[in-house]
Amino acid sequence: MTAINVHTGDNGSNGNHLDYLHSPKKYKGIFNWIFSTDHKKIGILYLISMLTFFAVGVVFGFLMRLELISPGKTIMEPQTYNQIFTLHGVIMIFLFIIPGLPAVFGNFFLPIMIGAKDVAFPRLNLLSWWLFVIGGFVALISLFLPGGPADTGWTFYIPYSVRTSTNVIPALIGAFILGFSSILTGLNFITTIHRLRAPGMSWFKMPLFAWSLYATGWVQILATPIVGITLLLVAIERWFGVGIFDPALGGDPIVYQHLFWIYSHPAVYIMILPAMGVISEIIPVYARRTIFGYKFIAYSSMAIALFGSLVWAHHMFTVGMSNTAMWLFSLLTFLVAIPSAIKVFNWVATLYKGSIVLEPAMLFALAFIFNFTIGGFTGLMQGALALNIHIHDTSFIVAHFHYVMFGGTGFGIFGALHHWFPKMFGRMYNKKVAKIAWVFLFIGFQLLYFPLFIAGYLGMPRRYYDYLPEFHIWHFISTVGSWILITGLIIMFTNLIIALRKGEKAVANPWGGVTLEWTIPSPPIHENFEKIPVVEKDPYDYTHYEELEEVKN
Amino acid sequence: MNQTVDAAVHEHVHRDDVGAKIGMWLFLFTELILFGGMFLVYAVYRFTYRDFFALASKELDVFIGLINTLVLLTSSLTMAMSITALRRGSKNLSLTFIFLTIFFALLFLVNKYFEWSAKFHHGLFPGSNELLTLPRGEIVYFGLYYVMTGLHALHVIIGLIILVFMFFYVKSGKVNQDYYIMLENSGLYWHLVDIIWIFLFPLFYLIH
Amino acid sequence: MKHNENHIVGYGTYIFVWLTLVALTALTVTVANFDLGGFSIVIALGIASIKALLVMLIFMHLKFDDRVFRIFVFVAFLTLAIFIVLTFSDYSFIR
Repeated sequence: MTAINVHTGDNGSNGNHLDYLHSPKKYKGIFNWIFSTDHKKIGILYLISMLTFFAVGVVFGFLMRLELISPGKTIMEPQTYNQIFTLHGVIMIFLFIIPGLPAVFGNFFLPIMIGAKDVAFPRLNLLSWWLFVIGGFVALISLFLPGGPADTGWTFYIPYSVRTSTNVIPALIGAFILGFSSILTGLNFITTIHRLRAPGMSWFKMPLFAWSLYATGWVQILATPIVGITLLLVAIERWFGVGIFDPALGGDPIVYQHLFWIYSHPAVYIMILPAMGVISEIIPVYARRTIFGYKFIAYSSMAIALFGSLVWAHHMFTVGMSNTAMWLFSLLTFLVAIPSAIKVFNWVATLYKGSIVLEPAMLFALAFIFNFTIGGFTGLMQGALALNIHIHDTSFIVAHFHYVMFGGTGFGIFGALHHWFPKMFGRMYNKKVAKIAWVFLFIGFQLLYFPLFIAGYLGMPRRYYDYLPEFHIWHFISTVGSWILITGLIIMFTNLIIALRKGEKAVANPWGGVTLEWTIPSPPIHENFEKIPVVEKDPYDYTHYEELEEVKN
Repeated sequence: MNQTVDAAVHEHVHRDDVGAKIGMWLFLFTELILFGGMFLVYAVYRFTYRDFFALASKELDVFIGLINTLVLLTSSLTMAMSITALRRGSKNLSLTFIFLTIFFALLFLVNKYFEWSAKFHHGLFPGSNELLTLPRGEIVYFGLYYVMTGLHALHVIIGLIILVFMFFYVKSGKVNQDYYIMLENSGLYWHLVDIIWIFLFPLFYLIH
Repeated sequence: MKHNENHIVGYGTYIFVWLTLVALTALTVTVANFDLGGFSIVIALGIASIKALLVMLIFMHLKFDDRVFRIFVFVAFLTLAIFIVLTFSDYSFIR
């Protein structure tokens, strides 16, 4: 496999095999997709469904921001507002960010990156997508039921979630099914990585994206069942009146919060770890340098998965836990910053003295580092017990997790999309338009969320429908930012959709990457590789790069 | 193009028993953590309501619990022996053992049915007026009792269905001396159900 | 990885393990009749853990399988234990 494709202007295919989009079909039309066990097609299915849900979530977010542009009622009733922020949270978390990178790009690229023909359990993979879609619909069906969607917030805190008359059960069951889908994906990836690595691909020759998916897989398997059972228990409590969490029946709402966050904090790492993996893929390619500290990045993924599972109660510093728990969880929260910082340092060190090319994917990666650093540091602020009391449940928190989740993972997803788009679809998008979209997204993002830090620090509570006049300016800037951000999203996706139809044919290796996916045609053939490669080099070996440049010139 | 079709066919022939086993174990971990979440809830409430739990557990019949424990332990034995039998090539012996396992699973469920209906008869079921007159600690105890043993019983039923499939697969030769990973994985699932009960039994029946 | 191809556990081993499990069950029921205060739960869970370990090692073949399975199981149980211990850092010290 040592031969690296040089930019020769073709897509790398020798014409003997059709690409996966045109390979022999078992079913016709749409059935060829929704019953396909090809990991690449399942990845695309996830991409389409995930982006559809994302669009819905963006609309809800837009409406919320519009409502908050001025104090008092603007466009909706308070009850509608409560339901909309709940739906926004549920959709964005369970239907967009959690499946965003592992299920879409992990499915498509994990087998290719480790030199396999498919994942270990292709049919389970398809089932996982079906569960995802079914779960999504179950969660959203409450929109059309009398009583309307849940108004509990995505956290479904007890006792309100057993008392409210809105349709909480569909949201709970939907999240349960989605959790199951996420578990199956994780299970599949771990088995794939253990069993299907190509000859010569030892653990430390795996691309870092594969490492991050491995760490994510363990978190998915070992944390998701906790939220599954918790949500199920709430549903059972609502259905049958069994006393478990409801204080009226002897329950303890704090236990619910513990269980909920035992999953939902690690879930944050399910969201961010694959994004970190993507950034570790993008940066060496566009800096033309071997990644700095490969082993540290690989180990830090595992360390984040481990420590990230031990910090959940920092969401509960104001509920009246014991002092021992308070300092313990505060300490552990600070510890998790170490592996995260290791990654940031390594990325920056990779950039140093690299030949940086500012292609769209690289711009998104740089935005990731910028946003993640802000999001990470404000996270540390909340880990401090005293400060946490002050900013708990304010819009400071909202700003913090949007910086990490959207500014981090969201931009990671966009970066991955621009990085791998030519490989996935065999077409090239307009790079100039992509860069313009990036400018809108970056500026819009900062305008949308940074004011919320300030408002929150000044005392603006989160999830509030109304606010005092002194917060007006911050909310106003934020809403304007949301318009700019959405403009950026529209430009970006229009550009990509046009490229699907009219973009010029992509070459096999448009960016000069050296991982396995760039050695095969764009788009890949059905079985990925004509012949299973034998891996001899380290994953980010750019020593050949100078020779490559010479050939090009 | 023909070449691709051929390759696609071969892909499905490709078999990785160890991979299948890894997948099964990973799945078992999710089951373990699922019940683990409930054990955590149990632990917290038992800590909070120690005396009430001891009092409420007197309502349960230790003898029925003990019988069910023995039934499940024995079913695990027959399950394990069915795999040994199949691998040693005695298909009929293997079928007998699977049949016995299914029988024990049914016995467990029948036992559970009588146990639950006795409770219902005494008015001790979720949401009943009788239950609501009890102290809160006892309400929570019965809440957990029904949910945990109920979910366990659900797993017994799922395991039972899987075993019925296995019976017919072994009978038809789909699962055989060379290809027994499906039976082995079903066995793993069945043993996990057993392990969960091993913990449920002392936690609900043997409190004093 | 042909490790488990060549090891078939005999009926005798299984029956011996089963007898041990039954004996441990008898023990735990007997011990439950005595009031040992806080130790009751420790003993009950200790016996249950031994039983679970036996089932996993012999019935579930962990003893004969590849090492990776034992590491996996260890990680899973460790995770659960950590969840419980950390939650009790709250409940044990409240007030």
